[in-house]
Amino acid sequence: MFAKQLTVFIENRTGRLSEVLGVLKENNVNILSLSLADTTEFGLLRLIVDNAALGKEKLTENGYSSLLSDVSIIAISHEVGNLQSLLKIIDRAGINIEYMYGLSIQATEAYIVLKASDSEKIDALLEENGVKTLTCEDLAKM
Amino acid sequence: MIWNETKECMSREQMHDLQSKRLVKLVDYVYHNVEFYRRKMQAIDLMPGDIKSIDDITKLPFTTKDDLRDNYPFGLFAVPNSEIVRIHASSGTTGKATVVGYTRKDLDIWAECVARCLTMAGVAKDDIIQIAYGYGLFTGGLGAHGGAEKIGATVVPMSTGNSKKLTTMMVDFGATAIACTPSYLLHISEVLAAEGLTDQIKLKAAICGAEPWTEKMRHEIEQRLRIKAYDIYGLSEVMGPGVACDCAFHKGLHVCEDHFYPEVLNTKTLLPVADGETGELAFTTLTKEGIPLIRYRTKDLTSIDHSTCDCGRTSARISRFKGRVDDMLIIRGVNVFPSQIEAALIEVEEVTPHYMMIVDRVNNLDTLEVQVEVDPKYYTDEVRAIEALTKKIAHVIQQALGISAKVKIVEPQTLIRSEGKAVHVIDNRKLY
Ligand SMILES: [Zn+2]
Repeated sequence: MFAKQLTVFIENRTGRLSEVLGVLKENNVNILSLSLADTTEFGLLRLIVDNAALGKEKLTENGYSSLLSDVSIIAISHEVGNLQSLLKIIDRAGINIEYMYGLSIQATEAYIVLKASDSEKIDALLEENGVKTLTCEDLAKM
Repeated sequence: MIWNETKECMSREQMHDLQSKRLVKLVDYVYHNVEFYRRKMQAIDLMPGDIKSIDDITKLPFTTKDDLRDNYPFGLFAVPNSEIVRIHASSGTTGKATVVGYTRKDLDIWAECVARCLTMAGVAKDDIIQIAYGYGLFTGGLGAHGGAEKIGATVVPMSTGNSKKLTTMMVDFGATAIACTPSYLLHISEVLAAEGLTDQIKLKAAICGAEPWTEKMRHEIEQRLRIKAYDIYGLSEVMGPGVACDCAFHKGLHVCEDHFYPEVLNTKTLLPVADGETGELAFTTLTKEGIPLIRYRTKDLTSIDHSTCDCGRTSARISRFKGRVDDMLIIRGVNVFPSQIEAALIEVEEVTPHYMMIVDRVNNLDTLEVQVEVDPKYYTDEVRAIEALTKKIAHVIQQALGISAKVKIVEPQTLIRSEGKAVHVIDNRKLY
């Protein structure tokens, strides 16, 4: 199961990040989690929101380059080594991880966003191995 | 179709005779009516009688934009204001505007020249043409307008500044032709695409001018809008748009040679160069009454071809401009033309054709930054992909210019979409 991630390209300028968040706020797009990948010139703001399509539409209207992409949100139970075992499985299947970031930590499990080089393959692989994946809707309900 | 076959297809001998006759008359005219020319000729001991044919033109002194500025506003006019029916002006590069005046006959000849250009672009009386050059002191709007009316087309005088209205009317009126700057037309194509209107237009031809552009940019316009685009050239000092235009064969721009005598001059010696060699373009207005110009240096770099074109016209053709004498940047000792960056970027499909060059000097070293926008189709969520694209563009620019440039990807719609002459260079070095 995939989740839609909203990515925004931001030039490194003062106040730019808050302007992006302002657009989302104005349109009642609720941010569930975010990660900022930054370089000296630009940043990529990756967002998990309750309504990614609306978010993209509004950001485009406001002149931002934004993109929807498929990511996997996986649930990992709190046991030492669980994440590493999963990564090994992914590795063995010949799938590259483009990036990952932590989403939130609950009482019994942690949620992690993962973008793989081949989203079809990773989806099948996660299912085969009984890894629990979530959608944005699932998250929003929590 | 050819608007004036007699003039556009006459033999080279006939053209030589016509130009000779007109030059002799012109020199006599300016000697007796413009003090500036009389003094200049007297200073080198030249009398009107010394000019016997067009071949003697090299004996005459040059005229420059500075001469127009120094004689601001009407000092170079050859007729009293009672004979002038229109004034136009262009922005001077420094200080005061460059002012020109037209007699009724000048306006008629102007319309005739634009009519030839529009006909070259396949525009005729059953066409609906939107004129999207600025109307006013700038020659673009009214100049194109006069020619379009002369051929009997339905003229929609849009002027500039309202892209939304332009695209709406383009669709609603079923406009078949447009006259505007090429960069503005690229902008229009973006507006049309954004509104999902590209499939609804009836446009066939675009007559683009007022700024230099490249063959690649022409292809880009033609593909995006599924039309034919033509290059029209002119400058207000000489007349305005319509001095030259390219035909369907796109092998240089046909000069209205019976009215404007073109010379291409070696940039160092200022002597005429052979056909095919690059040099500075100069014009002598053979028939102009209001403000006749002798050997006016345009600062545009081109080459000339006097052979008969595949379209049947015998008029001399000037090549697409290779830059301007004063537009050239020297970066780290290398001559750079913005048009080279433009041509290079069109080869990179991930970016839009808009760009900005920022030239600076840091620690006595010239730096060049090229800002580009990514085409929405290529947006990505991966830092690596953006960095790879940046590297690719830098490589393409390095290949094109022979110098390295720092490439910066900027957010969409942040680079200037000009509605007039495109501004693509910020030179912070203050070398002049
Ligand atoms: Zn031709």
